[in-house]
Amino acid sequence: MAFTNQQLERYSRHILLREFGTKGQKKLLESKVLIIGAGGLGSPAAMYLAAAGVGAIGLADDDRVDLSNLQRQILHATADLGKPKVQSGAETILAINPEVKVNLHPGLVKADNVLSLIEPYDFVLDGTDNFSAKFLINDACVIARKPFSHAGIIRFQGQLLTYLPGQGPCYRCLFLKPPPPEAIPTCRQAGVIGAMAGVIGCLQALETIKCLTGLGKPLTGFLVTFEALGMDFRKIKVPARADCPVCGPRPTILAPEDYDPPACDLKNP
Amino acid sequence: MSQKKEPPQAQGKVDVTDVVCPMTFVKTKVALDDLDPGQILSIRINDGEPIRNVPQSLKEDGHLVLGLNDNGDGTYELVVKKGQDR
Repeated sequence: MAFTNQQLERYSRHILLREFGTKGQKKLLESKVLIIGAGGLGSPAAMYLAAAGVGAIGLADDDRVDLSNLQRQILHATADLGKPKVQSGAETILAINPEVKVNLHPGLVKADNVLSLIEPYDFVLDGTDNFSAKFLINDACVIARKPFSHAGIIRFQGQLLTYLPGQGPCYRCLFLKPPPPEAIPTCRQAGVIGAMAGVIGCLQALETIKCLTGLGKPLTGFLVTFEALGMDFRKIKVPARADCPVCGPRPTILAPEDYDPPACDLKNP
Repeated sequence: MSQKKEPPQAQGKVDVTDVVCPMTFVKTKVALDDLDPGQILSIRINDGEPIRNVPQSLKEDGHLVLGLNDNGDGTYELVVKKGQDR
């Protein structure tokens, strides 16, 4: 493909980077990324990936924009209250960069649809807010050999890791199974500093861009944790589990499975 | 000062006098994409900021600046040999 003059100007700051250049930009323009969760993490990730010129962005979210989302979910604005998040998100993406093809996936991501959902995409970005979704996405991506970025945020803390096919650890190597429903407070109960979503979601966007373009070293084999009050970033080496039930040599999880819906999905508990 | 040499035959040509920095270098990079390492690109470039920036950026990217010829109309011909891909 040849760049138009407008593309050269829009993406000039990428093209100027020696390591990135026109090659990296072409790869982005031909890439397809699925963002599951158009919320705190998915918002900055979607906006930066759209601005960066990722060719197609899929947004998967079954929720509508709520007033309590707006403290951190910057894909959505006050005028979007009540809209499906995928619709509001698509509008923001196209306002930033009308060249992006946006695919809307407004349903709930579940064991029976996750594999077909992720299939057309080159990279999956987990921007969900609950353990059942995170394990589901992990298992589906490992089984389908799809690279993905995991992240989670709560209170003043965030974490992320990147999984590449055949290169553990996966999320399940670190956290074997979802915690019991009441063990960990959800975002709704515990709170989260809004800008934390920005920090970690942007790191996910960076990891996505690195993986799509082959730039640098992806965050595989490590977990990065960030604690905002002390401004502590830590990069922790984490091994793959030899007996991981999904990415290990003798897997016992051969298909994605659903877990109990998280407490924070219950309406007006 | 130096003896005027016949410039080597260029395999590619680009005119960046219609844009300002940093688009001058962006256009130059795109033109270099079409060449193989070792091939020559002739760049028509404005005096001033472009002539201060583009040769420097080319060197930083690993290309070899072979010469600069004054076109006599406020523009220059910058001749560069493409470096190895990296």
